[in-house]
Amino acid sequence: MTGIIDYGVGNLFSLRSSLAAIGEECVVTGDAKRLRDCGRLILPGVGAFGDAASKLRETGLFDEILREAASGKPLMGICLGMQLLFDKSLEYGEHQGLGLIPGTVAPIARSMAPGLKIPHIGWNLLHFLSKSAIFRDVKEGECVYFVHSYHATGCIEHTTAVTEYGGTLTAAVERENVYGCQFHPEKSGGAGLRILKAFADL
Amino acid sequence: MITKRIIPCLDVRDGRVVKGVNFEGVRDVSSPVELAELYSDSGADELVFYDITASAEGRRLFTDVLTRTASRVFIPLTVGGGINSLEDFDRVLKCGADKVSVNSGALRDPSLIGLAAKRYGNQCVVISADVKRVNGVFTVFARGGRDNTGLEAVEWIRRCVGEGAGEVVLNSIDTDGVRGGFDIQMLRAVSEAVDVPVIASGGAGSVQDFVTLFKALPRVDAGLAASILHFGEVTVADIKKALRAEGINVRL
Repeated sequence: MTGIIDYGVGNLFSLRSSLAAIGEECVVTGDAKRLRDCGRLILPGVGAFGDAASKLRETGLFDEILREAASGKPLMGICLGMQLLFDKSLEYGEHQGLGLIPGTVAPIARSMAPGLKIPHIGWNLLHFLSKSAIFRDVKEGECVYFVHSYHATGCIEHTTAVTEYGGTLTAAVERENVYGCQFHPEKSGGAGLRILKAFADL
Repeated sequence: MITKRIIPCLDVRDGRVVKGVNFEGVRDVSSPVELAELYSDSGADELVFYDITASAEGRRLFTDVLTRTASRVFIPLTVGGGINSLEDFDRVLKCGADKVSVNSGALRDPSLIGLAAKRYGNQCVVISADVKRVNGVFTVFARGGRDNTGLEAVEWIRRCVGEGAGEVVLNSIDTDGVRGGFDIQMLRAVSEAVDVPVIASGGAGSVQDFVTLFKALPRVDAGLAASILHFGEVTVADIKKALRAEGINVRL
């Protein structure tokens, strides 16, 4: 059973449907006790980092996620959910994240390439730096769907995949039982479902 | 590098696809859900559902179609047609849409773009513009191409992006339905003027038209395809193979 952490941010319809499609039971909840009963957790999220971090604190889920991660339970952050795993973000000010993975979330710089369009929207190629368990069934160069204006920096040690957009962007991270995908596996067709399945099999 | 996207567009009325004939392996060619699955399997990078319903009952059927599609197809879904308020955004996002495209609604009330971008993020708001040459000026039309707004297109689109639109669909009325290729001149003017993704619409009649589009305009990010796919003559996979053969980066 996978618990999708519901803290009032974003639309969880596709994520729930994609887990159903791979035959994984899931529960969408903000209730700490029900999340504790799950074998693994997904932290989703769209929108602004500061708002999302505040909501996690208001709901008490911030500490709950830290406890669950410390217990060794597999945790996967998706998109903004992945960014929340880091120490801090520079999106509209400076905001503290969960600190589960060292690094800082910073804006994708237009200066990286002339005419670079931001947000980075679309299907881009995954390049692996090291083999992560969640990429068990994904090949080097497969495409996944990205939508983001900020990216994780200073985290090369924990980066398992990158993508090229004006420069090199962090696509996925892993630190022990904590995983993060900057892209949306639930919107990445077959490749995305295979990533979710590998996570569900952890 | 990021890949060029091929996006099938389905017009839906009363829960059925309006165009769409001649598909092998699809039981019901007017079922939007089945067509969406077919396109997704064939390599579509995204789907656009355009609601051309007027009635409340049709609208209910549309959101039902959307929900069922989003439960089975795991690529981004954009919804357009009849989006006039934040409530409309809410209604389709709850049913599984990822992006919402506004056209006449933004012309009636340009503040809608900014309000929606603030609530749902820029990446969620797509400005769709129907544009036609009037005395040599690219001019924006409203209500499905019926009303001349008198607005110059590049200026209007720039304004919408400034308000927070995260993507632009440029539909050339001059080339739409002619199937003689995309409107390169119009697309060049718009794609050079904005720094968000631009999606070309109107005129695709052959695989070669997509090759021509992306070769001529590297700043165009995606091509919309309607009748060329619905008639079943070519598949998304055919278009992508041709693009890759020409050295254009696509997801295969």
